[in-house]
Amino acid sequence: MKKNNLLKNSGVQSLIASLICIIIGLFVGYIALLIINAEGAGKAIVTLIKNFLYYPSKPAQLKYLGNTLVKTAPLLMCALSVLFANKAGLFNIGAAGQYVVGAGACLYLALALKMPWWVCLLGAIVAGALLGALSGLLKTAFNVNEVISCIMFNWISLYCVNMLLANVKESTSPYTLPLKANNASALLPDLGLGAFFTKNNYVTIAIPLAVITAVAIWVLLEKTKLGYELKATGNNKNAAKYAGMKENRNIILTMAIAGALAGMAAALLYLTGYEQWSTSQSSVPGMGFNGIAAAFLGGLNPIGAIFSSYFIQHITAGGAYVDKTMYCAQVSDFICALIIYLCGFVLFMKTAMNRSITKREEKAAAKNKEGGNA
Amino acid sequence: MLLLIQYTLIFASVLMLVALGGCFSEHSGVINIGLEGIMVMGALGGALMMRYLPEGTSAFVMIVMVVLAALIAGALYSLLLAVAAVNFNADQTIIGTAMNMLGTAAATVIVKALNTAADPNNVSSTIQYVEQKKAFYVNIGGFEFSWFVLIAAVALIASHVILYKTRFGLRLCACGEHPQAADSVGINVYKMRYAGVVISGILGGLGGIVYITSGVSEWKFENGVAGFGFLALAVMIFGQWKPLNIALAALLFGMMRALSNVYVAFDFLQNLNLPGAVYNMLPYIISLVVLIFTSKKSRAPKAEGIPYDKGSR
Repeated sequence: MKKNNLLKNSGVQSLIASLICIIIGLFVGYIALLIINAEGAGKAIVTLIKNFLYYPSKPAQLKYLGNTLVKTAPLLMCALSVLFANKAGLFNIGAAGQYVVGAGACLYLALALKMPWWVCLLGAIVAGALLGALSGLLKTAFNVNEVISCIMFNWISLYCVNMLLANVKESTSPYTLPLKANNASALLPDLGLGAFFTKNNYVTIAIPLAVITAVAIWVLLEKTKLGYELKATGNNKNAAKYAGMKENRNIILTMAIAGALAGMAAALLYLTGYEQWSTSQSSVPGMGFNGIAAAFLGGLNPIGAIFSSYFIQHITAGGAYVDKTMYCAQVSDFICALIIYLCGFVLFMKTAMNRSITKREEKAAAKNKEGGNA
Repeated sequence: MLLLIQYTLIFASVLMLVALGGCFSEHSGVINIGLEGIMVMGALGGALMMRYLPEGTSAFVMIVMVVLAALIAGALYSLLLAVAAVNFNADQTIIGTAMNMLGTAAATVIVKALNTAADPNNVSSTIQYVEQKKAFYVNIGGFEFSWFVLIAAVALIASHVILYKTRFGLRLCACGEHPQAADSVGINVYKMRYAGVVISGILGGLGGIVYITSGVSEWKFENGVAGFGFLALAVMIFGQWKPLNIALAALLFGMMRALSNVYVAFDFLQNLNLPGAVYNMLPYIISLVVLIFTSKKSRAPKAEGIPYDKGSR
């Protein structure tokens, strides 16, 4: 009986559903690896799951754990962006584009205008928020579906940012100038965190900042009036309007906050100096799209997103270690994509779980009744 | 100028094929955001067929086999959406997004595995088809006419006839407008939705192979199809879900896209001295502006994106 009650809890159900997605995803991935090359498949999938544990020494493990965390922070922010919009009934596929403008803003402020890190961070947040708000405005004022407008903005922002950052690129390569040599004040402070990860200079306040933001978003959604209104608008737009909530304002505000989160994501990555922007890239960076994966895998819960984004980044980073003579690093992208595909079935799994619980309860109730009569 | 017309025709064919695909899927009531992924898969099927057909295959056989491979690959891949959306009531937007990511990732993994197997030093995700590609083009006095343009034109006429003049097409539209009503008169909504999605897979896959053989003679699958599937969605909306309007929209967007390839050939455009990226952006900007003006009175199928539930009313 007690076990049943636990299973009824929607949080527990989400967790189980996510685990099922991960297991099936890894299993199908394993089969694909078997087809490509039967010999190394088992080893490759273990490598993916092990990631930094691939290194034998502890300091090296810590260092590469640090690297994984560095990329988890922006992924978590993108996931938050997607799930926040989702709570208000909007699908923010534009997280990718908002991430791109965030990257453009922070790198331009850092490299061309030589601003300190907090100005760059704010710049990225504002740029993302503006782009997000624009999608929201188009939806409320002109009834343009946010999915379509976001997709268009993804590409427009990519080309714009490429043009903008071409002003601050290295003369011989398509990459932007390294932050450390050109404006070290734009690097996020690390407050001694890097030393813990075997002098990994890329580990900065970005990581705690992302986790704090996740908690803040949880509080905003669950404990404030604004969060309640946003969720109400998402559940039933007309009912929310009838209850006196300003649905148009709420839609624009939601998209602005979602955009701000995605813009901040870019700053948390590019201001660590871990990556340089390539001004010749012709496809929108995958970070925003992976955020969709992390958001849904985390059961659309900000706290769940912390774990799911770590998991996704963990296996993505693990892809770098697979035996290159047999497989390519993209096997991890392939497995991630499989997992998101499976996340589409979460609703079905939950319904199935609830149905089986109700059935069992009915049976138990019928039994009790019989026992009472006799 | 000739080059501009040539590219416009070929890009318009791609957009038209894929947008018509989207149109069938949406008329049956399923939103197909995964067109981009379907294009990649179709392109992969066609490219592999080109690679493995023996040298000296006649042009006709080549065209038939490649087209078949592309449309079968697209149709099979679209089943992923059909199963999820029709049988499992899954969220169509997530499934579509996942299919886009999966398409590019799977194609990259497959091509890299094949390339590495053929030559251990080759870790690229590129397939070349310089010789094979010639089968698809006929040179008429300096103008390279592609057989694909003809195929696209046939697909357009067929789509118009099927959607508006046949029992199947009208039933398909009924399932996208009011599935409960369609069900009440004995139409199997589930079957119709499967049909709609698979047709979109066929047309999307075909669009994919046309796209990767336009202008270039090798394709790097890591890049997917660079947003063309999404552009096709915009074409579909601009065309208000009607085949003939979609054709006109595709011509307009195709010309915009062609301009970014050949603007260097026009003196007055070069004198403007705009960076190439501006031309790349143009189709997207124009589609946004168009959407702003047309979305208020959208003619989208009413039940699109909503899983069919027999019990609801």
